[in-house]
Amino acid sequence: MTRLPLHTVRQLALSLVLGAALAAGPGIVRAETTLLNVSYDPTREFYQDYNAAFAKYWKAKTQETVSINQSHGGSGKQARSVIDGLAADVVTLALAYDVTALAEKKLIPENWQQRLPQNAAPYTSTIVFLVRKGNPKQIRDWGDLVKPGLGIVTPNPKTSGGARWNYLAAWAYALKQPGGSDDKAKDFVGQLFRNVKVLDSGARGATTTFTERGIGDVLLAWENEAFLAVKELGPEKFEIVTPSLSILAEPPVSVVDKTVDKRGTRPVAETYLNYLYSPEGQEIAAKHYYRPRDEKVAAKYAKQFAKVNLITIDEVFGGWDKAQKTHFADGGTFDQIYGAAK
Amino acid sequence: MAGIVSRKGLSSTPAQTRPSATDEPVLVRALLIGLVLAFFGLFLLMPLAVVFAEAFKKGWEAYASGILSPDALSAIRLTLLVAAIAVPLNLVFGVAAAWAIAKFDFRGKNILITLIDLPFSVSPVVSGLIYVLLFGAQGWFGPQLEAWDVGILYAVPGLVLATVFVTFPFVARELIPLMQAQGSDEEEAAVVLGASGWTTFRRVTLPNIKWGLLYGVILCNARAMGEFGAVSVVSGHIRGKTNTMPLQVEILYNEYNFAAAFAVASLLALLALVTLGVKTFVERRSV
Repeated sequence: MTRLPLHTVRQLALSLVLGAALAAGPGIVRAETTLLNVSYDPTREFYQDYNAAFAKYWKAKTQETVSINQSHGGSGKQARSVIDGLAADVVTLALAYDVTALAEKKLIPENWQQRLPQNAAPYTSTIVFLVRKGNPKQIRDWGDLVKPGLGIVTPNPKTSGGARWNYLAAWAYALKQPGGSDDKAKDFVGQLFRNVKVLDSGARGATTTFTERGIGDVLLAWENEAFLAVKELGPEKFEIVTPSLSILAEPPVSVVDKTVDKRGTRPVAETYLNYLYSPEGQEIAAKHYYRPRDEKVAAKYAKQFAKVNLITIDEVFGGWDKAQKTHFADGGTFDQIYGAAK
Repeated sequence: MAGIVSRKGLSSTPAQTRPSATDEPVLVRALLIGLVLAFFGLFLLMPLAVVFAEAFKKGWEAYASGILSPDALSAIRLTLLVAAIAVPLNLVFGVAAAWAIAKFDFRGKNILITLIDLPFSVSPVVSGLIYVLLFGAQGWFGPQLEAWDVGILYAVPGLVLATVFVTFPFVARELIPLMQAQGSDEEEAAVVLGASGWTTFRRVTLPNIKWGLLYGVILCNARAMGEFGAVSVVSGHIRGKTNTMPLQVEILYNEYNFAAAFAVASLLALLALVTLGVKTFVERRSV
């Protein structure tokens, strides 16, 4: 046994602690206003740009510095975190139901969707297919997805907003076919899910599964997510297929009243969301492949987006509350289908 | 060299009847060793090499900008901070628990040992969720914490709690067998000679366990910095605020920022290598 150099051990421990404390020191003290935007998965790049633009706008307007923190993840999971106490000043989620969940817990008022124009959805998107270059499996429309042996990648509708739009778009397609009915639609979506290879928890996870890990023949994705993947990873590897019919996805935004009233950030949080509707905000959204609401901006970027027959959730499914209960609640059609598909 | 010579000597001696442990045909031996080496290369060396190769794929500049970006720096700071709080806490808890278990007999000792092992057997995700259930806004203590305006979940305290829980057994588990093997004779002698409890601990027990303790602390630290599952649940993923290094790696990877993701991952890998080095050094010294 060697004689104890205990002082060396002690010194080592002390310097470790001190070093860490020093390293942690700067960055804690910050006097400026901060906002936390809790968002869903594919908006990462968009809000990075938008936040910079908004900080500039706010500075010019009020001479105040604002910095916006971001948190991203599957839409349902993110709503859950806010309910569990994640102090979001604003939420920008994938679908209205997840924001309604906040209203149920009294974090925001019931009429949140009427507080901002256009159902509180400043930009829209839709669901498209991302396939490998040259479309080797000849996937043209929803009908091609149920061919035996095809590999589909989609996130899990239980946790991901995008996946719920995917599911409902497939359902609506089957419903709108000649002789379509709810039973036939359920059969069709059941067949589709039998071809699903991987169910990731969020849209971005599903995209990396398809693009990076090379699993599956087709990814059901947000239009903006598909565009981004092609842009980031190369048009020589992937191409986008737009189906004959898809769904108008309206990702809504809301101020979280409970947080902003406590932190005193309501004015800046409300301006943050309103600026999304301004021509500048709309332009940034369009650059990140979200379909803008503003007609002028929409006209400018019209070439970018394929013309699709878009159905809405209200006309086909009677709104999000009803769709959620019928399809995604425990024991809903997704559980019946996925239980059977396994 | 000495080993080879002596083995040759043994096998050539006719009087030697006991078969050597390595008597198998050369082919079998080569095959087994080859298998192990292939396994080692495939599952340990290659992934490690890939991490560094990917990190430097776009050159030093991309590597540096990946690590020096404000979000990555804040993730590094946060990881160090969490480890700097969690490891000393577990050092104290671990020594106290091991001291009680190894040197004393009391009722409920087995239950205490089981409890210490609990974090090993529980999935890290569950470890994180229990803190959501306890401290979440809808959880047991949530409303009270909110009234006091104390943030635990989705803030540094939550990360520290989850990390302490997950790394709790490392120090205690390392010390218990060691202290049990050493017995309590020396302590008893010290007490008989008039030493107080604290003096006995400081002058007798601590010197005896210091290498085991250091070893436990190193393992505890490695896990504290590398933990993903539990901290992912309690983090809230606010960039620049509550993302630790492992979470930052995931985020960067998901943003197609592969060079930066692997750059941060390479820091974690370097940490593992340093840990390994220190661990080997400690093992040598302690023998």
